[in-house]
Amino acid sequence: MIRIFSILAGAFFSVALLWSFGKGASSYVSEPPKPTVESVYHKHAEGPEGGFSFEGAFGKFDKQQLQRGFQVYTEVCATCHALKHVAFRDLKEIGYNEAEIKAIAAKYKVPEYNATTGEVKTHDGVAKDHFPPVVYGGQGSPPDLSLIAKARHGGPNYIYALLTGYQPQPAEVLKQFPDAKIPAGLNWNPYFANLNIAMPQPLVSEGQVSYKDGTKPTVEQMSADVSAFLMWTAEPKLEKRNQTGWPVLGFLLFAMVLAYMSYRTVWADKKH
Amino acid sequence: MSFPWAKEYTPSHPAMVWLDEKLPLPRFVYNAIGAGYPVPRNLNYFWNFGVLAGFCLVIQLVTGIVLAMHYAANTGVAFDSTEHIMRDVNWGWLLRYMHANGASAFFVVVYAHIFRGFYFGSYKAPREMIWLLGVLIFLLMMATAFMGYVLPWGQMSFWGAKVITGLFGAIPVVGEPLQIWLLGGFAPDQAALNRFFSLHFLLPFVILGVVILHIWALHIPGSSNPTGVEVKTESDTVPFHPYYTAKDGVGLAVFLFLYFAMVFFAPNALGHPDNYIPANPMSTPAHIVPEWYFWPFYAILRAFTADFFIIPAKLMGVLAMFSAILVWFLLPWLDKSPVRSGTYRPTFKKFYWLLVIDVLVLGYCGGAPAAEPYVMISQIAAMYYFLHFFVVIPVVSAIEKPLPLPFSITEAVLGKDEAATVAPAE
Ligand code: HEC
Ligand code: HEM
Repeated sequence: MIRIFSILAGAFFSVALLWSFGKGASSYVSEPPKPTVESVYHKHAEGPEGGFSFEGAFGKFDKQQLQRGFQVYTEVCATCHALKHVAFRDLKEIGYNEAEIKAIAAKYKVPEYNATTGEVKTHDGVAKDHFPPVVYGGQGSPPDLSLIAKARHGGPNYIYALLTGYQPQPAEVLKQFPDAKIPAGLNWNPYFANLNIAMPQPLVSEGQVSYKDGTKPTVEQMSADVSAFLMWTAEPKLEKRNQTGWPVLGFLLFAMVLAYMSYRTVWADKKH
Repeated sequence: MSFPWAKEYTPSHPAMVWLDEKLPLPRFVYNAIGAGYPVPRNLNYFWNFGVLAGFCLVIQLVTGIVLAMHYAANTGVAFDSTEHIMRDVNWGWLLRYMHANGASAFFVVVYAHIFRGFYFGSYKAPREMIWLLGVLIFLLMMATAFMGYVLPWGQMSFWGAKVITGLFGAIPVVGEPLQIWLLGGFAPDQAALNRFFSLHFLLPFVILGVVILHIWALHIPGSSNPTGVEVKTESDTVPFHPYYTAKDGVGLAVFLFLYFAMVFFAPNALGHPDNYIPANPMSTPAHIVPEWYFWPFYAILRAFTADFFIIPAKLMGVLAMFSAILVWFLLPWLDKSPVRSGTYRPTFKKFYWLLVIDVLVLGYCGGAPAAEPYVMISQIAAMYYFLHFFVVIPVVSAIEKPLPLPFSITEAVLGKDEAATVAPAE
């Protein structure tokens, strides 16, 4: 009895699926999906040549690079983008000392909301404060950058590709897709999901920041540095994670060998 | 099962004698997972996964309880409190990555456990109750994992919750009021987050309770084995300890190695980047996808794209998705083959491997965007899924001619069994 019901139920679902399949297939044939401008022109992000120092299971941050990236962030990106999950004191991890951190924090005005009076006051930043919100009046809404390297497919490679990928829209785009005109105020970038990004190209020319450590500030270099810095803001525990991982796996390998040897010993006289 | 030859607990240390008189807990443990529990001698490594699932449950409980000490279930701060755990709480990043990857590991292990059951016919009499409780655990695990994923209140948390609770809206008449009642509002918000947290904390303990019943039920007939032939004599078994404690130790060490390799070196590989974006009800992600362990069922849900007579497509999808799991409850009665193990069922075995491939295809399509060709592929794959359980299993079990079975476990292992010459074959 139950098996008759079951065969009927199976037939019911199968016929319903066939019906859906038939309708889908016929519209697929009568109106095959057309390529979209995104499907044709979107490019897969590639990171800087040579990759980043923090890649792989032995990866480490390059503190010099993180400091350069922080400089690019403060001098260029900070006008539009906040970094709310990062506290000034965290900068110790990328090699700043307490006095330097105090000085960096003091340059920021940190808002403070008094819930009793409803007043908003600002105070000069101190080490324990987080980077304050940024007021932005232009087009689009710049996302907070603290987690951006984990919030996009491709992570730091994507940020690098995005920053170095600005270009004029290729002429053949409009020939193929007459509707794909860039909306006013947006910019063509083949790495951005819908190809038209509100952010104006932030890193435009060599020497836009001047590095104290003598590194040549090419657009590629600044882009790589700020991408590395944003990886650190997104995953500050990356180095500690790698360094903890190896001993743990080493121990477990040892445990695996011991467990296997005791298994062999225990079962030695039992065929199974 | 306490076979007549099971060893009896005889404490020698006076303290244990004393304790055994007052509260026979040592005796209980001895008979459950000690030398007092005889187990088939021929279990392969697929019988490790039950213990591994128990271990995963413990990992999730321990890491989860500590995470809950630092997490705040408030839509305004949930996302930030998760980041606070990742950055400021001592070893918080490890706790969170262990918990998130622990959920994935739990599902890997439980899928292996379930497919072990499909292949070796573990669901058949006299083990139906073990199986029914197992399916119940699986449903509870899905509910728990779904609600846990909502807690960090990222984009996928929010939109996942919206899509899944929206499924209730497909139920005729009561659907919409039910959905609003479940969420405490029209869309996921503070009320939903708060109750999801409460339930996400509660359900693992419910799972723990059902696991205890599951293992209790297991101890009545005892484990089945790769031949599916029941235990006959003492030489078919070995005491659980030290034989299977040693074998489970190997499985556990291998499992922990792979699990921690993920936790330390690819902790976000199974997650979706969008969940690092705070929830925003005004901005829908390009592709809303659940976590990987829901993909096969998500593919089934989305495979129903056309209304079927009076049944709207969405309702069909919901019915199908739930039926795809609920049919497992009926399995012991759909499969009437007297032979348990797939090893001795040549036709069944072919369909079994087809099912494995089919579920992998469904999983792939469930993670892919809802576009062609994935939808058409998932329609075909979903069709096989339903045919497999509802039609192939009952029909094959009725007409298949199984291969000859060994007389006993001992004969299967040693090539001969003295008992066979005394007792006539079954
Ligand atoms: C003039 C303001 C401005 C400056 C300066 C600026 N950005 Fe942006 N940025 C934006 C805006 C606006 C968006 C949102 C774009 C959109 O959604 O179309 C954005 C988006 C982004 C995104 C996210 C893109 C995505 O995938 O959604 C990244 C990453 C980014 N900016 C990085 C940077 C970095 C790094 C710098 C410094 C080198 C920088 N930005 C400087 C305005 C700015
Ligand atoms: C929290 C999750 C679970 C835990 C902790 C758990 C635990 C166990 C343990 C310890 C065993 C004995 C060892 C073994 O055979 O692997 C077992 C056996 C079994 N489990 Fe589970 N289980 C879980 C989920 C499930 C699910 C989801 C199902 C099925 C849908 C299931 C079905 C079975 C069956 C049929 C057996 C008997 C197998 C046999 O003897 O051949 N279990 N379980």
